[in-house]
Amino acid sequence: MKIKDKRTNYLAIMCCALLIVCLGCESDSTQIVTNFDNLVLEDNFDVEGAPDSEIWTFDIGTGEDQGLDRWGNNELQYYTSREENVKVENGYLLITAIEEDFQGSSYTSARLKTEGLFQQKYGRFEARIRLPYGSGMWPAFWMLGDDNDGADVWPQIGEIDIMENRGQEPTLITGSVHGPGYSAGEAVSKEFEFENERVDTSFHVYGVEWGPNYINYYVDDVLYNQITPEDVPGDWVFNDRPFYMLINLAVGGAFVGNPDEETVFPQTMLVDYVRVYQE
Amino acid sequence: MVMNGKFERTYTLTLADSIMIRKLKIIKLRQIPAVLFMFLALWSCERELTEEAEFATFPQDGAVFIDGFSSGLDYFPFVGEGADPEAFSVSTNEKFAGDAAMRFDVPFFGNGFVGATFNTTANRDLSGFDALTFYAKASQAATINEIGFGINGETENRFQTTLNDLQLGTSWQKYIIPLPNPSKLTNVSGLLWLAEGASNVEDEGGYIFWLDEVQFEKLGTLAQARPRIFNGSDIEQLAFLDIPVSVSGLSQTFNSAEGENITVVTTPSFFDFESSNKDVAIVNESGVVSIIDSGEATITAMINGVQAEGSLNLMVEGDFDFAPVPNRSPENVISVFSDAYNNVPVDYYNGFFNGDGQTTEGGAPPLNILGDNIINYTSLNFVAIGTFLDVAPVDASEMTHLHIDIKPNEPVLDEDFILIRLLNGVQTDNEIGGFVRFDSSNFEQDQWRSLDIPLNDFNLSDTSQIGLIFIESDGTLQDIFVDNIYYYREE
Repeated sequence: MKIKDKRTNYLAIMCCALLIVCLGCESDSTQIVTNFDNLVLEDNFDVEGAPDSEIWTFDIGTGEDQGLDRWGNNELQYYTSREENVKVENGYLLITAIEEDFQGSSYTSARLKTEGLFQQKYGRFEARIRLPYGSGMWPAFWMLGDDNDGADVWPQIGEIDIMENRGQEPTLITGSVHGPGYSAGEAVSKEFEFENERVDTSFHVYGVEWGPNYINYYVDDVLYNQITPEDVPGDWVFNDRPFYMLINLAVGGAFVGNPDEETVFPQTMLVDYVRVYQE
Repeated sequence: MVMNGKFERTYTLTLADSIMIRKLKIIKLRQIPAVLFMFLALWSCERELTEEAEFATFPQDGAVFIDGFSSGLDYFPFVGEGADPEAFSVSTNEKFAGDAAMRFDVPFFGNGFVGATFNTTANRDLSGFDALTFYAKASQAATINEIGFGINGETENRFQTTLNDLQLGTSWQKYIIPLPNPSKLTNVSGLLWLAEGASNVEDEGGYIFWLDEVQFEKLGTLAQARPRIFNGSDIEQLAFLDIPVSVSGLSQTFNSAEGENITVVTTPSFFDFESSNKDVAIVNESGVVSIIDSGEATITAMINGVQAEGSLNLMVEGDFDFAPVPNRSPENVISVFSDAYNNVPVDYYNGFFNGDGQTTEGGAPPLNILGDNIINYTSLNFVAIGTFLDVAPVDASEMTHLHIDIKPNEPVLDEDFILIRLLNGVQTDNEIGGFVRFDSSNFEQDQWRSLDIPLNDFNLSDTSQIGLIFIESDGTLQDIFVDNIYYYREE
């Protein structure tokens, strides 16, 4: 696999600049533009084996222990931390969905999170990822707000979906926020469509720049959305707590639909790096 | 498309072969001036390039039919095969974009079909593209039987690529035919071919479909190639010295931007083949496996470094042992399966009565070994040869015997047997059956044995409508060769 770095895409940079200019016109002119250029977390997945346990922990099972039935979305997989489902190899984090009977589920996969290990309010969060493909594949790079040891519950804690993809839509990704009054099917979302490219054949950088009263969504060098309190039909819950990151590959469920007979297993999501910056 | 129900030796011809035949017929019958022109054009073109002392390259022109015929393009209907040459016209009122579209009028059943190739005399280099695309609609929901590119009699259709059963709706929609391996397509004449017709009274006919903006494009979003040989199966079979075997069941699948897996049927020329044991078997560019020596070899394939699903494991033990050649006079024979006679039409040589517990494989189609057709039944418990569904039952009332040659390809044990059962008047009120059983003393491993069974031994009151011949072993003998199945009248 030849990896093409999109950073030299001047056209995209121009578009990005243009977008920022345009968005700047629409937003409050007193808004402070911040630069998140202080790197505070970086995992390049350079150490073979299990993911770095100082950064990553796992959700295991079907969500039952967290009071969720199939993670609340009718997902089909059982999450494990087994090497078959998650490992670091050749400089990449590999999350692999396997079709197999396991603990009453028909598929296994993995869900990593930084909960309790790395949490931060505001910043730039990005990861360079190559996605799997096929109906029923639901890879995601996202964030959840700290729940104060269970005192607060979703969607009040807030959810920032940096990137979600349906495996049957190999040129589309979605960036969303969930909060009170705008969660699940009512989330505030925007799709980004790749032109003449796909998510499963090359790596792309998916990220957000999150600051007071705004979340900017970008893919590679293209800023494609900004969400502010005016855009959400409920309370803005993204100014009051730190968030942690999650990376997972779900199989089936409400968002994506279930795999069909043409879906090829196993499918692997490759993560080249995860980086977090502060102001 | 119309498939011939009559049993002919053509069943081993691939689609490409039959298209080649069509093309040859066309050349002979209708298009001599055009082909001559094509030849002259190519010839003069090549001479020029030689004088320039440059490598011959062809224009990277993807246009086929945008608003008219692209450079050098001409229409070659499959007239020799019964296509309606008037079926194609250029439409200026119904079109997706621009000034014109291609219009095809599909005749009603029995009035020919839409079948043609659109070839250019200005050959193209298509290696920079990844798909043939077009917009299409029809006057009613319809299925185009075959559509693709790469027909060229001069190259034996070596790059023919076909999408089967393309579903059209009544509004314009874009369709994609992936190129199986663009790097091979540097010199292409056949830019578009299609075949659509009513294959029976119920099949759709008497409607119109249109194609527009037909062109080769670089989409950049076709990915996740899944090439297949032998339809993705791992085949194991016996092979024999000097008797070549062909790689078949070739296809390439790509996932599109819409997340759809698009599969095209294609040819060996797009693949790179490999033999695991070149002392035993080698494969050429046309997918023909030559058997050189005894031993074992596995044939696999790749496209652009992607391993194809499916393989062929060949066990070569020696020379092939053909069945004895029948010598009875044809006027005293009604043949069901023999190369020595003209056979009656047959529904099938394996009915696959799987719902009734049949495990038998083989016979669909029979093996063709150097032009000699032989049935190899494997996993045999029982199997039926049918002559009652779409063909006339066999009237054997004037015949006295049934002849069958059988060779077990496995050791014959004491309890082994073969039972031959005949059914007359299948699925009628007068259906009757009878059988004759042959115990193991009648057979020997790797030896042909001829059974000549008096029809009286079946105890049938009527043999004028024989619809099924069963060969049964109850799983005792599981791998047998069968040849020369015929009824005869003792002279």
